[in-house]
Amino acid sequence: MSQLEIQNISRVFPGKKGTQTQALTPINFNVNENDFVTILGPSGCGKSTMLRIIAGLDHPTTGQVLLDGKRITGPGADRGMVFQSYTLFPWLTVEQNICFGLREKGMSAAEQKERSSYFINRVGLKGFEQHFPKQLSGGMQQRTAIARALANDPKILLLDEPFGALDNQTRLLMQELLLGIWESAQKTVLFVTHDIDESIFMANRIAVFSARPGRIKTEIKVNLPHPRHYTVKTTPEFMELKAVLTEEIRAEAIAAEQR
Amino acid sequence: MKPTQHKFFEFRPLQPIHPRFKWVLGLLFFIVFIAGWAIFTLGGFVSPTFLASPMAMLEEGYLLFTEYNFIHDIGMTVMRVLVGFILACLVAVPLGIAMGTFKFVEAFLEPFVSFCRYLPASAFIPLLILWAGVDEKQKILVIFIGSVFQIILMVSVIVGNARKDLVEAAYTLGARSKGIVHRVILPGAAPEIAEILRLVLGWAWTYVIVAELIGASSGIGHMITNSQSLLNTGQIIFGIITIGIIGLISDFAFKAVNRRLFAWSNL
Repeated sequence: MSQLEIQNISRVFPGKKGTQTQALTPINFNVNENDFVTILGPSGCGKSTMLRIIAGLDHPTTGQVLLDGKRITGPGADRGMVFQSYTLFPWLTVEQNICFGLREKGMSAAEQKERSSYFINRVGLKGFEQHFPKQLSGGMQQRTAIARALANDPKILLLDEPFGALDNQTRLLMQELLLGIWESAQKTVLFVTHDIDESIFMANRIAVFSARPGRIKTEIKVNLPHPRHYTVKTTPEFMELKAVLTEEIRAEAIAAEQR
Repeated sequence: MKPTQHKFFEFRPLQPIHPRFKWVLGLLFFIVFIAGWAIFTLGGFVSPTFLASPMAMLEEGYLLFTEYNFIHDIGMTVMRVLVGFILACLVAVPLGIAMGTFKFVEAFLEPFVSFCRYLPASAFIPLLILWAGVDEKQKILVIFIGSVFQIILMVSVIVGNARKDLVEAAYTLGARSKGIVHRVILPGAAPEIAEILRLVLGWAWTYVIVAELIGASSGIGHMITNSQSLLNTGQIIFGIITIGIIGLISDFAFKAVNRRLFAWSNL
């Protein structure tokens, strides 16, 4: 059985003067435990809406999402999320940010400290425990956000274009960091992006979204071996996938532009 | 590369000036102002009945402290402001937070509070004298009425503008309503709430003087009305300046405390 089951999810946003915007047409999609799935699509295609519905931050108009067979009705600690915008609490230090969810669970201070220091090391932020978010670069803030989500030990990690606001070099390093964590820790990951390279490099499976109203146009398996090194991006297999996806996405981007 | 140099003066839009020059310029205006005042009064352009000279003013001020126990008046005024202001904070801050957080509380209270906000506190003085007499209660009530509605509204706006993305992030970390309010909305709003309290405290200083102009037997405002009947413009001006200085000190103190408490928001 799949860990995450998306059943007939659609979302209609009411607009001005009774008009309606169909953001998602009914979507059916399953994610297996410990799978790394990227959702690739042009901007405004509804891929973020789907992620927000899974997180419980938005409600579907029709359909339901099941996590381990249980219907999702609202947000919860079992689904960690990393947002594109910087959402660290500015009044808390790196360490306190990472402990936010742990404290909410009522974990003892000693245990919190131990977990946070493990994840601070894991994302390479040792020495920055007592820094405030404003004292960190964008990349470091997103690393903290990843650590904060992982420290909570969610069943599934949802990432909504987490590296979208970072410069290209930082972005590549962050991809390697996240992939490395996934390869060693094994976790179900759903990663939304509009970057083709990113979607191939990280994923076992890519779901390509159509332009709005969003639906899953195709699913592509990525059979590149793990652990993946950044040099995989120049292999013929990678290039072949990239060529296919470029065509797929181009058609959708044109459709989105002409809407 | 050459280090950037602050030129002392440059006639260009938005051009920063040397920090020391800024100080000097600020001070210079005070000197110009006092010099102008001295020329007008000492030069005989205005009669001393209407405007005392700076020296006469200082002299009167000295007498106020030595002969008329002015320190007691200052103490009374400060006490009234603090009690009225603190009471207003105790009522208004929790109410404002409740209004900003819960939309049904806002819908219930906001129209009434918005209406009350435009009722001039000083116009209540005759009523308050009727209700509470001419003692401390009345003066404290003036400050309370003048501050409480302003604080409620401004706090509710600040709290209502809490960053939605942080609230969502907290939800995905397992927070419930209580955690959202205590650990996200309040800490995020705290620096701005402290700022508006500083602002309103400044207004409270003007309310207290108005309250003391009528039916008071002590306080800086009372001293000013007394001096008016004696045509002692030196004392009046000294009283006004005293209020200004006390207000400035409390403002600086408030600012310093805010900066310490909310260091993260100034990073």
